[in-house]
Amino acid sequence: MNWITNIVRPKIRALVKSKDVPDNMWQKCPECDAMLFHRDLDKNMNVCYHCDYHLKLDVDSRMKTLFDKGKYTTAELPKTANDPLKFKDRKKYSDRLKEHRAKTGRDDAIVVAHGPMGGQTVVVAAFDFKFQGGSMGSAVGDGILTAARIAVQQNAPLLVIPASGGARMQEGALSLMQMPRTTIAVEQVKEAGLPYVVLLTDPTTGGVSASFAMLGDIQMAEPGAQIGFAGRRVIEETIREQLPDGFQTAEYLQDHGMVDMVVHRKDLRDTLIRIFGMLMKTEIKKTAKSEAPAKDDIVVEEKK
Amino acid sequence: MHHLEFEKPVLELEGKIAELQHMSQSDDGVDMDDEIKRLRSKAEKTLRSTYQNLSAQEIVQVSRHPERPHFGDYIKGMIEAFTPLAGDRTFGEDEALIGGLGRFRGRPCVIMGQEKGSDTESRIKHNFGMARPEGYRKAQRLMDLADRFKLPVLTLVDTAGAYPGVGAEERGQSEAIAKSIEKCLRLNTPIISTIIGEGGSGGAIAIATANKVYMLENSIYSVISPEGCASILWRSADYAKDAAEALKLTAKDLKKLGIIDEIISEPLGGAQRDHTAAIKSVGDQIEKGLKEMDELDGMVIRARRRQKFLEIGNDL
Repeated sequence: MNWITNIVRPKIRALVKSKDVPDNMWQKCPECDAMLFHRDLDKNMNVCYHCDYHLKLDVDSRMKTLFDKGKYTTAELPKTANDPLKFKDRKKYSDRLKEHRAKTGRDDAIVVAHGPMGGQTVVVAAFDFKFQGGSMGSAVGDGILTAARIAVQQNAPLLVIPASGGARMQEGALSLMQMPRTTIAVEQVKEAGLPYVVLLTDPTTGGVSASFAMLGDIQMAEPGAQIGFAGRRVIEETIREQLPDGFQTAEYLQDHGMVDMVVHRKDLRDTLIRIFGMLMKTEIKKTAKSEAPAKDDIVVEEKK
Repeated sequence: MHHLEFEKPVLELEGKIAELQHMSQSDDGVDMDDEIKRLRSKAEKTLRSTYQNLSAQEIVQVSRHPERPHFGDYIKGMIEAFTPLAGDRTFGEDEALIGGLGRFRGRPCVIMGQEKGSDTESRIKHNFGMARPEGYRKAQRLMDLADRFKLPVLTLVDTAGAYPGVGAEERGQSEAIAKSIEKCLRLNTPIISTIIGEGGSGGAIAIATANKVYMLENSIYSVISPEGCASILWRSADYAKDAAEALKLTAKDLKKLGIIDEIISEPLGGAQRDHTAAIKSVGDQIEKGLKEMDELDGMVIRARRRQKFLEIGNDL
């Protein structure tokens, strides 16, 4: 084991590997058990075309579905301390990081992008659940802060899409500190008079749900997403009862007044464009729908 | 007194001393004073060296010691005219998180914190210091009050964490904690938080996003309990000792990481052995913190708090 096997080889493999052909051409819908063909699933934004179950959508595909013509710029994120606690459980945290970096080709669990959405520039920060369960450590906190800074600089709304089990235990209290730090990011966007929208996806729990993810001007959730503070198992062990089906789902949260809307993936882009348009007081042009217009077609009021 | 496993050598010595005292008081009139004196100093030495070399897991035990001073003891010991204020104005009153107005060394302030309770009845009443959303909404309400009347906010943190229950989830535990953090950040008055026992994750940071964060020497502050961490990462709670070590949850470690501002020393053998001394030390440190911010404008206090959290982790 050395840096060649750990880093270089997987990265080369990731480059060489054709992304169009997944290992499995077919996969089973976790909800209705129907066999789904990968191309049809791709076309349907990873939503089961039999029962509408929303499977997880990887970050790159997510970004493509949101921005005009699928085009966006990815922001460079600040480097943070690698394994500041020298944490070791059954495995070294530094090794886990290496593995996840090789596997995902990312530095950490967050991607920040900006680009036009219905002609309006929007900043999107999306979690990659495949990177250590989307857990939030310093790098993720700094990612959200960077996203907020870009939003303020570009006078653009901020959309955050969490998919995270919560704080990253391997960074100890430093990960806990990301709760106030990301809340500061939200404050900065709000103070600039810009919209801050959260799309809660599966799962959003723990320290992530108890900070920036619950502070949106508008709270959206994906159908069926698990959203909550404490994990199901912890609650079951505490109250010593089985939890009802549907507990902590997006729909359950909507019933309890915790989210504004549960949005089907196919309606998401249009819903966002509509909302941002109103909150940014954009003048309506007839082209401003899914057919992406040129950026200049949209008039954005200057913020003072 | 409730004794911890690692205190056994001290306990044995104390037992011997008691025995000798009993003997010397009996009719034989054998003078044991010298021996008692010797044993006393030995016991003290053992206690000192034990407490100087506590492992992370032992500190976790001390932080949870049932006889440590709790929120109510601090109120009695350092707050005059305490006037508890109840309810979140939305759903209910949560006695896990107590708060109100009071005078700290003469100054009016808003004070709040989790109360764990000290016997079965009071523990149940206070839900073992694990607040529900109502507790965090009450905290927000009290911070609004402090802001409106320019009163400093003092929080005493002592919780295993926010309560994980069905009702708490239904009523938005996440949102309540998030909003409480936001409220701390928006305060235009000083907020000083002291971790007096357990600083359990989101339930702690909800009221500890403060200008100054202090920790008692044998308290802990962590993103997850060592038991919870062990059961997830080691797949067994039996590794709680390793998790406690790895999480860097002691005051000393957190000071090094720049997460807390000061460590407050505890009396020999822990705060549980001398409530009065422990409470006085906490009070002295809080007074020092308040004085540092006395001349500052509200906007500056708020901006510095924000800056402080933004800088955490930058030098690591």
